[in-house]
Amino acid sequence: MIREGTLNIVILCLLVAVPAYAYVMNEPFTITLATRAVIFALAGVGLNLALGQGGLVSFGHAAYFGMGGYAMGILASHAQNYDPIFDGAFLIEGTNSMPVIWVVAVVSSALLALLIGALSLRTSGVYFIMVTLAFGQMFYYFAISWPAYGGEDGLSIYVRNQFPGLNTLDPIQFFGICFAILCLVLLFVDRLNKSPFGLALNGAHQNEERARTVGINVYKLRLVAFVISGAITGLAGALFADLNRFVSPTMFSWAISGEIMIFIILGGVARLFGPVVGAAVYILLEHFLGGLSDYWFIYLGAILLGMVLFAKGGIIGKLAKKETHHGG
Amino acid sequence: MSLLSLKGVTAHYGASQALFGVNLEIAEGSVVALMGRNGMGKSTTIKVICRLLKNPMGQVTFAGQDLAGLPAHRAARMGLGLVPEGRRCFTNLSVYENLYASARPGAWDFDKVHALFPRLKERSTQLAGSLSGGEQQMLAIGRALMTNPRLLILDEATEGLAPVVRQEIWAAIATLKQSGDLSILVVDKTLSELRRIADRVVILERGKSVWDGAMTDLDADVRDRHLGI
Repeated sequence: MIREGTLNIVILCLLVAVPAYAYVMNEPFTITLATRAVIFALAGVGLNLALGQGGLVSFGHAAYFGMGGYAMGILASHAQNYDPIFDGAFLIEGTNSMPVIWVVAVVSSALLALLIGALSLRTSGVYFIMVTLAFGQMFYYFAISWPAYGGEDGLSIYVRNQFPGLNTLDPIQFFGICFAILCLVLLFVDRLNKSPFGLALNGAHQNEERARTVGINVYKLRLVAFVISGAITGLAGALFADLNRFVSPTMFSWAISGEIMIFIILGGVARLFGPVVGAAVYILLEHFLGGLSDYWFIYLGAILLGMVLFAKGGIIGKLAKKETHHGG
Repeated sequence: MSLLSLKGVTAHYGASQALFGVNLEIAEGSVVALMGRNGMGKSTTIKVICRLLKNPMGQVTFAGQDLAGLPAHRAARMGLGLVPEGRRCFTNLSVYENLYASARPGAWDFDKVHALFPRLKERSTQLAGSLSGGEQQMLAIGRALMTNPRLLILDEATEGLAPVVRQEIWAAIATLKQSGDLSILVVDKTLSELRRIADRVVILERGKSVWDGAMTDLDADVRDRHLGI
């Protein structure tokens, strides 16, 4: 077994090496695949904060993924059509600036997570799973029945949004943006996990009553974690929409929630780089097994079953020993 | 004035009544032993004090404030530090992380906890789940102290530990008493050790406080009648 820190560095290097090689070999499709993996990893890192650290099995994280996607779609489509979003007492216009879109995606997803979390965290266990799933599906059906933004057909954005000083239409540059965001978020989540907040969240996951008797407000703690988790997943949604230049109600569907959860289970629950490995392996399986058969999900199911039965720590857990955060 | 006061406290687990009228007073800086045979309501009384049991009846005041309706974390922040039965550390966290996650501002910090239990410093990076029973107990006490409590509640702190380790724990409790900064409520069955540290004893029988007096007044007759020892 190797040290988890060393393994994480190897994973980051691989994540850079693959698109760099593809760039040299002039294979933009491979760069796009790597970008997809990075964006899915970001969504997984978001869910992993709630699920891995907090023990909150949310089956409705697609709601935040979709919210981020639609935040991008709505802002960009209005900018594209030179049509203000709101023209009344004051004017709200669309934008094709990525940083502005990210801020809107993060804030709207965080607010949605605050609303859903405030209600769903009053339940636990299977009820929590069902309530989060119900919220996710609610937004899925709402998006389907919202003709102003494409309804069931979704919304196309013809030109990728802009980032100052970069050509976002160049696959390698867009990958660079997504990878930089993933690294920043990983750094942030790592610091958070090592902070008293993260440790208390982990402690409350293990023993809620014990946490309360040391003065931890478990509900508030979980709500904050849930909101941060939703905001990160929302940011991933905005990037995913920009990658595809398309948003549709599918981004809200329970299948997306399930996929994000699969990344975490594959890579390793509560491991910082678990969702990164999980998302990369998932994309690889989707690409290679998907080329062999339309029923590639059967193979994926078998792999997942094997993981759950024989490798509870996921791929990271099989390769690296869990490290404690502090040496005192 | 009492730091903690329980008057006529009753409590239920669903339809089953566990406490039928518990009275308990703990003065600032004193050590009180809560005694009784198994199943007499000692742990339930502690749950009531720490607000871990829903809707107990009667009056519970701490530092002059009624604890009714207060959530457990608020009670803990007021200065109730619990060392629960069975230790229950956060096993996935290291020793350092267990202490760090519980730390609140006050006199008790890493240095003071490490001075009381030097072994916790040696085991700083080790996962709590991999510690011996005695070390886990030290960690549970250290973690409660890191919350900077005014009242430390020890529920069966030495149960199931080797005699040598028990001595270490009792010595630490005696040191805490000598410091005079803390009030201590201790639940234990080891009378010989309790004699050395407790100022007063409250005995529970069938969910009711039946004897309350100075440790020196706990004679053979009382012991035989209420404790069976």
